[in-house]
Amino acid sequence: MVPISYYLVLSAILFSIGVGAFLIKRNIITVFMSIELMLNAVNLTFVAFAHQWRHVSGQIFVFFVMVVAAAEAAVGLAIIIAIFRTRNTLNVDQVDLMKL
Amino acid sequence: MTSSLHLWLIPIVPFAGFLVNGLLGRRFPKAMVTAIAWIATVIPFIQVLTIAARFSSLALPYSENLGRWIVAGNFHADFTFALDQLTLIMLLVVTGVGFLIHIYSAGYMVHEDGYWRFFAYLNLFMFFMLTLVLAENFLLLFVGWEGVGLSSYLLIGYYFDRDSAASAGKKAFVVNRIGDFGFLIALFLLIAHFGTLSFSGIFSQITLHPEWQCGFLTPIALFLVMGATGKSAQIPLYVWLPDAMEGPTPVSALIHAATMVTAGVYMIARSHVIFDRCPLALTTVAVIGAATALFAATIGLVQTDIKRVLAYSTVSQLGYMFLACGVAAYSAGIFHLLTHAFFKALLFLAAGSVIHALSGEQDMRVMGGLRKKIPITFWTMTMAVFAIAGIPPFAGFFSKDEILYQAFISPNGAGKILWFVGLLTAALTSFYMFRLWYLTFFGESRAHEAAAHTPEPSHHAEKEEHKHPVHESPWVMLLPLVILAILSVIGGWVGVPAALGGHAEFFHFLAPVTQNGTEAAEGSKSLDLLLTIASVAAAVIGWFVAHLMYFMKPELPKQLAANLRGLYTLLLNKYWVDELYSAVIVTPLLLVSRYVLKGLLDTGVITGGSLAMAYTTQGVGSLLQRWQSGNIRSYAGWLAIGAAALLLLTYFGFGAHFSFR
Repeated sequence: MVPISYYLVLSAILFSIGVGAFLIKRNIITVFMSIELMLNAVNLTFVAFAHQWRHVSGQIFVFFVMVVAAAEAAVGLAIIIAIFRTRNTLNVDQVDLMKL
Repeated sequence: MTSSLHLWLIPIVPFAGFLVNGLLGRRFPKAMVTAIAWIATVIPFIQVLTIAARFSSLALPYSENLGRWIVAGNFHADFTFALDQLTLIMLLVVTGVGFLIHIYSAGYMVHEDGYWRFFAYLNLFMFFMLTLVLAENFLLLFVGWEGVGLSSYLLIGYYFDRDSAASAGKKAFVVNRIGDFGFLIALFLLIAHFGTLSFSGIFSQITLHPEWQCGFLTPIALFLVMGATGKSAQIPLYVWLPDAMEGPTPVSALIHAATMVTAGVYMIARSHVIFDRCPLALTTVAVIGAATALFAATIGLVQTDIKRVLAYSTVSQLGYMFLACGVAAYSAGIFHLLTHAFFKALLFLAAGSVIHALSGEQDMRVMGGLRKKIPITFWTMTMAVFAIAGIPPFAGFFSKDEILYQAFISPNGAGKILWFVGLLTAALTSFYMFRLWYLTFFGESRAHEAAAHTPEPSHHAEKEEHKHPVHESPWVMLLPLVILAILSVIGGWVGVPAALGGHAEFFHFLAPVTQNGTEAAEGSKSLDLLLTIASVAAAVIGWFVAHLMYFMKPELPKQLAANLRGLYTLLLNKYWVDELYSAVIVTPLLLVSRYVLKGLLDTGVITGGSLAMAYTTQGVGSLLQRWQSGNIRSYAGWLAIGAAALLLLTYFGFGAHFSFR
């Protein structure tokens, strides 16, 4: 049996890649993908712990996260399309209207 | 309990007059304004007369409670009016003289702008003055006290477009505030010690405790004296009264001679129960009175403005009243108050008539020879001059003589000195009053010399345009003069001492109010007679010197002034007291106010402090503003840093107590 620390380390690596990409990348689609990556890293830990403790709640939680992610993807992609239509760009640095 | 006297009507009627004239008078014709003002003063006068007529049948002291005013715990001050012998005399003086002066004003003020305003203020003054004398507690008295100060301020500044009048009003107000500060402290002390401000409450408590001598009563009395010196223009707060002559002459007569300035004397007489227990305070009053009397009289010797002479004379005569109160001869003080109200009001009104006749001229150096031209003014003024100089049997003689007599026989160690100062002042008074008399009415007219002297700013600028020849005043002005002249002659006869074959009715009448445990020492009749002769001699000497200097040898005063250059300059400049006050008190105060309080404290600390706070907030805000860049990645970065920080804290920061399960 693979020790849980392996899963956790992998999950941490994936999460960090997600965070890093989120901070570095300027393309909205890429940023969006890095968010998905972070979510999935967390999902991995949920599943790992569920397996470790032989408890089903972790598995169930993953489904919730997936549902939320799907919904988010739907809304998010819609927003991205709307932004692209009005601004002709996908660069997040140019979308900074919400400030004082 | 006798049937109600409706004392409240006495002050409220003038107040109604003030409201009507003050609010609507601008649109009324002058005759209507006059009628309202006269009615508003004659009704109280008639009421006081009816009360006086049935006075002997009243149960005294009579008081009338109109309701609660201030209640705080056990302390309460009520709207209570009271009537006793002292109040009755004050009421008669205030309403009687006040009414006469209202009549006179209708003639005197007829050419002035703001005629309605003048009468509204005059009625307001009557309201406050009557409140003052009717009040049954110190607080209500204080309301009247402040109110007359307000009316005085308004009336001194009546010609407010003239700078000197405006600043004279301000000066009177500010100087009075200094005295009022003392009065207020006295009130606080009274509340602290007695828990009440009612006259009857305080005085009965003191009467019940014969062991209370000096002690805590002394500061109370001294602070009361401070208040009285402000209102009654005594040293050191007398400086406002001469300047108050900027007001119209009827105002000088009513407020600054006959009534308001005597409020301090009234107050001391009213609270004599306190003063009787404090020899120190009494001596203070006597010394202040004697010093003021002499001091003001010497200044009066050389003044050239007819109203200024009378102003200093008023200060001096008020000093006499203080002197009387200071030797515990309150009745004598009130007696002098009464006679002084007659003759000094008359002097001012007659002076006003002279000024009126000369179309606004006030400088005695350019008067002269008016005896034939304005005979009625001359004769009435003569009565007043004889009265104030103390020539028997005119009113002033009896009251002044009584004060001097009481000072002489007083058990106070300084009594003889006080008497001598009083006697000296009597001679000086006689001198400067006859000087005024001769300069104004005798000799040749010096009107052509007018150009030689610096022209005074005219008090009737409007009239200046159409100068009339010298003319007698209309009857509406002469009638009050005649009535007051009669009173100046016979007014003193109510207090003829036993030594001169009288019965001193006045003193018996006042005895229930002013009697004290320690009855004043009784002198013999022969002593009284001797002192009377001395004071008459002083008056006659003063007269004779004035006669010599201003009638026989008119060139003598100039020589004398040249020979005694220093003294003359000192007196002419009023001992430089105004300059001294200005240098020692006013200027430093202004400097401190302007530079320390305004410059440093107000602009520096208060405005600066709030500005600094505002700018700090703004600065920090503009720094933090950059944080909110709108850039998603920077938000995400901060989010990541925050999460990382939390993680680090969780693992390393909280130590062993905290761990995830």
